Amino acid sequence: MSEHIVTSPEITFAHAPAEGTGRIWKIFWLLSFITVIELVLGFGLAKHWYGDPETSHTAILFVKGVICILSFAKAFYIVSVFMHLGDEIRNMIMTIVVPLCLFIWFIAAFLWDGNSWKTLRNRYNGKPAQIEKTIPAAKEKGAKD
Amino acid sequence: MSTVAAQQETKWWSGGRSPFNASYGKVMMWYFLMSDAFTFGAFLISYGTIRFSQNFWTDPNKVFNSFPGFGHMDLPLAFVSLMTFILIASSVTMVLAVHEGHKMNKKGVEKYMLLTIVGGIAFLSCQAWEWTHLLTGEHIALLNDGSLSVLPTTTRMNPWGDEIPHEAMLAALKTTPQDQLVNIASTIHHEGASHNLAEMSNTQLVDMISAAGIHANHTGPIAFGGYFFGITGFHGFHVLSGVVINIIMYIKAKLSHFEQRGHYEMIEKAGLYWHFVDLVWVFVFLCFYLI
Repeated sequence: MSEHIVTSPEITFAHAPAEGTGRIWKIFWLLSFITVIELVLGFGLAKHWYGDPETSHTAILFVKGVICILSFAKAFYIVSVFMHLGDEIRNMIMTIVVPLCLFIWFIAAFLWDGNSWKTLRNRYNGKPAQIEKTIPAAKEKGAKD
Repeated sequence: MSTVAAQQETKWWSGGRSPFNASYGKVMMWYFLMSDAFTFGAFLISYGTIRFSQNFWTDPNKVFNSFPGFGHMDLPLAFVSLMTFILIASSVTMVLAVHEGHKMNKKGVEKYMLLTIVGGIAFLSCQAWEWTHLLTGEHIALLNDGSLSVLPTTTRMNPWGDEIPHEAMLAALKTTPQDQLVNIASTIHHEGASHNLAEMSNTQLVDMISAAGIHANHTGPIAFGGYFFGITGFHGFHVLSGVVINIIMYIKAKLSHFEQRGHYEMIEKAGLYWHFVDLVWVFVFLCFYLI
């Protein structure tokens, strides 16, 4: 297979160029299809569910979760097929994907932090925290007697 | 065999052979993109933290609901869908350019690079329109001092809070100074010359505004504008630099630089950057418009 174009002396074997563009178009239609589903769900949120007090908070969260998962699917196809990461060798893929796992902690920790910030602010509403000291003090007295 | 001889001469871990079977430039482009993913990730996650910390957050469907040429029609998600499809399409033309490069087809590379550049410019034009629309489009908002005003969407203020009841708006009109009443009245009658309105008395203006049945909002979360313009701006700047890189690649392909070199790997590297821009848009689109 000496016809393969070797782009650099560092490369020991070249990938055979893809025969046709069928895979590219398949992914294009897949990405468009996922985007359309996202838009339908987003439109549902906008027009029907968002301002409606009848809709439960959990249902909205569920729809948003589905939209997030669909976005991750899109990201996977763009990186794997359009950017050809799926065609690289495994060690190369791992040096990219493993560091990105930091995002799991990153997203969870910081959204948790934001939520905790809201809870604390709502609880104290600008007032300094009041430390309850009367009850333990009374108990201590009782114990000494 | 010649390969055995070559391997004996090769110093495996001191250069001369890539452990990843990819050129240095391509591997480094991947690591740059990974670091850029963390930059964008940090921006989007900090936006998420602030959004989670607020009791009220702006409904994106009320902010991004216009389409050029459709006036005041309520069309949530429409324009941004167009932008998304433009970017997906330009991503496809980019991957087709890379494909033609593998086949050493100079004409094909040129054609698809040109289409990709056109897509990038179209996307940037859409974003320019959207920003202009937000920065110049004024809406009525209730300020903290209890008076009404017209506000654009900027990094300092925005009119995208909760809607206030009609009675509260009528009460607020009484404490609103005359120059603001003129501004509010001019949002109702776009054609009416503002100097005519300026000559009207306060009560005349208040009556006119009350009769128009308009809506007013509280001011929105201040962080909204900063995050929106900051993150979409940072992404837009990536698109701009991607377009510049693609134009350089187009010119170099046209001048047969890659043909002389014997390969079109530079198109692949530019393509990686361009697809990354599309990838980031997937998440910007998700965080600012969809949810």
